[in-house]
Amino acid sequence: MSQGIRLSRRRFLQVLAGTAGSLLVGIRFAEAADAPLPPALLGDNIHGLGPYVRIDEDGSVLIGARDPDTGTGVATSLPRIIADELDVDWNNVRVVALGLGVDSRNGKPVWSYGHQVGGTGTSIPAAWRDLRQAGAVARWLLLQAAARRLGLAASRLRSENGMVIAPDGRRFSYGSLAADASKIALPTTLPPLKNPADYRLIGHGVGDVDARAIVTGQTRYAIDHFYGDAVVAVLSHCPWPDGKLARIDTTDALAVDGVLKVVQLRPERGQPAGSTVIAPAVAVLAENTWAALQGQARLKLEWKPGASGDASSSALEQQALALLGGKSAPTTRVRNIGDVDAAGKKAARRLEATYFQPWLAHATAETTNCLVRLDKDRASLVVPTQAPQAASAVVQRLTGLAADKIDIRVPRVGGGYGRRLDHDYVAEAVMLAKAINKPVRLLWSREQDLRNDYYRSGSVHQLGAIIDRKRQLLAWNQRMASASALTGRGVPQDHLWTSELQADQFPAPLVPNYRSDWYALESATPRGPMRGMPHLSNAFAVESFIDEIAHQMREDPLKTRLRILGEARQLPLDNGRTLDVGRLANVLRLVADRIEWKNWLRTVNGLGIACWHVDGAYVAHAIEAAMQGDKLTIQRVVCAVDVGRVINPTGLQGQVAGATLDALSIAMNAAITIKGGQVQQHDLRDYPLASMAQLPNEVEVITVDDERDPAGASFLAMPTVAPALANAVFRASAVRVRRLPLMKELLRLL
Amino acid sequence: MAPVQAQVLPPPPESGIVPEKIRDGIDLLINGEHYRHTGDPQMPLLWYLRDVLRLTGTKYAGGHGGSGADLVLLDGKAVSAIAQPLARLAGKAVVTVEGLAANDGSLHPLQQAFIDEDAIGCGYCTPGWLIAGVDLLRRKPHPGDDDIDQLPNLCRCGCQTRVRRAIKRAAAGKAGPR
Repeated sequence: MSQGIRLSRRRFLQVLAGTAGSLLVGIRFAEAADAPLPPALLGDNIHGLGPYVRIDEDGSVLIGARDPDTGTGVATSLPRIIADELDVDWNNVRVVALGLGVDSRNGKPVWSYGHQVGGTGTSIPAAWRDLRQAGAVARWLLLQAAARRLGLAASRLRSENGMVIAPDGRRFSYGSLAADASKIALPTTLPPLKNPADYRLIGHGVGDVDARAIVTGQTRYAIDHFYGDAVVAVLSHCPWPDGKLARIDTTDALAVDGVLKVVQLRPERGQPAGSTVIAPAVAVLAENTWAALQGQARLKLEWKPGASGDASSSALEQQALALLGGKSAPTTRVRNIGDVDAAGKKAARRLEATYFQPWLAHATAETTNCLVRLDKDRASLVVPTQAPQAASAVVQRLTGLAADKIDIRVPRVGGGYGRRLDHDYVAEAVMLAKAINKPVRLLWSREQDLRNDYYRSGSVHQLGAIIDRKRQLLAWNQRMASASALTGRGVPQDHLWTSELQADQFPAPLVPNYRSDWYALESATPRGPMRGMPHLSNAFAVESFIDEIAHQMREDPLKTRLRILGEARQLPLDNGRTLDVGRLANVLRLVADRIEWKNWLRTVNGLGIACWHVDGAYVAHAIEAAMQGDKLTIQRVVCAVDVGRVINPTGLQGQVAGATLDALSIAMNAAITIKGGQVQQHDLRDYPLASMAQLPNEVEVITVDDERDPAGASFLAMPTVAPALANAVFRASAVRVRRLPLMKELLRLL
Repeated sequence: MAPVQAQVLPPPPESGIVPEKIRDGIDLLINGEHYRHTGDPQMPLLWYLRDVLRLTGTKYAGGHGGSGADLVLLDGKAVSAIAQPLARLAGKAVVTVEGLAANDGSLHPLQQAFIDEDAIGCGYCTPGWLIAGVDLLRRKPHPGDDDIDQLPNLCRCGCQTRVRRAIKRAAAGKAGPR
């Protein structure tokens, strides 16, 4: 039994019962973040100026960051947007990661902070719409407070760096006005926003707000949170998602000192994937992690496969090839413009190629975990999540509590990549807390993370192009087979394709005859959201293929791309979006200039190039690769992005360089394989992320800054990496890699 | 004055108090502080740091250390904390990421260089990079790219190019606010 003795509000002596009845006493006082009290719930305090801003009398400013920061830098950039409109000195600002903001109205949850999703490229665009207003309203309240004190009209006052300044030069600090300002009613119409020319923070680079805490080991991720009396839970999952437990012997496990209970978990029938237990599992609950792990090692379990017991990723690929090669109609005809078949009849040249991409796992740095405490009328959780509202829905369902009785804290997250848009682990933790009637700290091992993931499906892309005598791209025919990430998630059959490709993806709006078909593959291996999806797989196929077209026409692949793009113009995309062809051509030219593309045929090394667009943002990569025998060295990587207005240039540079390296790592090495219905990879030696030595020493990032509203950059720099690399390798080695991961295929072909 | 005479005192009554036996344990030195661990000697250092001392800067990275996020300095050398049973640590000095900065709060030059270069993604693996980097700088005060290439750490956020710059910056003695 572990106990905590509360010594004072801030200090907490932790006592854990150890093995062999002895005491393990942490003499050092642990901070009482054990029961994670928020530094301030920004809304309900005396000097709160709206839900995001608190100003204290000493002038210190607390700004809330609403979206989970999975390493994307939104805990820095979102508060910067507020701080700029508020007009305060960044050095006086402290940022607080907000938990889930929820009120209840007529029994229905009302999300008081609005958008609360991280790592999907939506944080900055959403913040641009409403967080500027949050800052402007807080500043308006402070100006009103000063106006009342002076008996002047607020319009005669101005603000500057945390001060309100009167026409006669008198200055009032925000701190001295905060108490009055918090009593003023909110404006009925929204106050005007700053003139962009006056921005002092937006567009100016700054390092991560958590940097000092991170380098000193003080940042607490969800995995680092404790409740004094929480028990540790570790799980053994069934290796087959549709399998079941055949035999269990818990005797030895329960004999381990400190082990409290063994609990079986099963997926709930009828619940969508991602909201319930991912596969049958057996949990060992113990007083500390070491005891739990020892108990788990002594569990005797026998699992029985389900119907998928002989499934394999290679058989699935054969199935895909049979579908694409056969005469059967596609599951969905995603787009059909013009007449591809008629165009084929007058064609000068017809090209075809098939591209293969593997299953992928998330492999987040912080393994899956969750801390939960259930009390009679409320629940408290610390969750590594990208979408706390979705996490709340799972807790609501399992506890019957209303949303406003569920407190969800979201500390900085150790990587998301889409894994934390699903909340199967929250369901597990809640079920276990109910079973043992105590708070539970759930911890997955690295092996479980790799073997029980919601994967990205492997895919086969078959591309066809028809070129006329003037080298114009006359028709494009794309056929793709994959297992949809949306299966089992309550999505109608005719929408399953939407996670796999986009109807208006490059180069759809640029080709007069365009057809795109999707074929569904069936697989019991769970799938779910994955960073860069569906752009990652499609850009590799499309941008490799365009290079192959250029090669067939004996043409400079940059020239081929610029011809396909044509002159600068706006083309309508689906859902009211537009493709700005000029901006796409611009990023392409920027990377070409930087890497001295004019030498593309003359260099000994190979140069490769690729471009793509994602939700109103534009990206291009140019890569220089050297081959010595079978050794590939990436000499240079240049990336240009156009996301419209840049909020934090330092953060954007890091995000673009980081996404580039992640995509290189995936393209070169990453593959999940399935055999006998089971995932075969167990740890990071089987699913190797790139080592320092494998990656380039530098990524040269070019950012186009302009006045347009900002787009998200979360995964923008990923899609063009694999094709630019494969195109560079082709020019360095004359080997065309049409299958990822690249290193394995390259060694096979050389 | 009569001389004081020696007096024979009767034996004291039984008190019933038995002094506690001194328990066996392992004496540990972590970040310059002494601890005695009296529990299972096979408990890995990682869980002692995290569960008992609540020094959570050292991260769980996988059963084999995996990404290097659980590196600590053992007598100055970077080792994976999950692979170190406490029994092996008697008489050795452990330094975790929490112990890199001086007692007055001034940062190790490599910590400062990480801030200067914004060499941080999600930050989960950062403590491991710092420990590996400090070990490298101890062995090679002016490491070349080939030396930096040998670091065992992994990072999915792609902070490697910035880590490389930070190590070079610290080696050049240039760490400090720009």
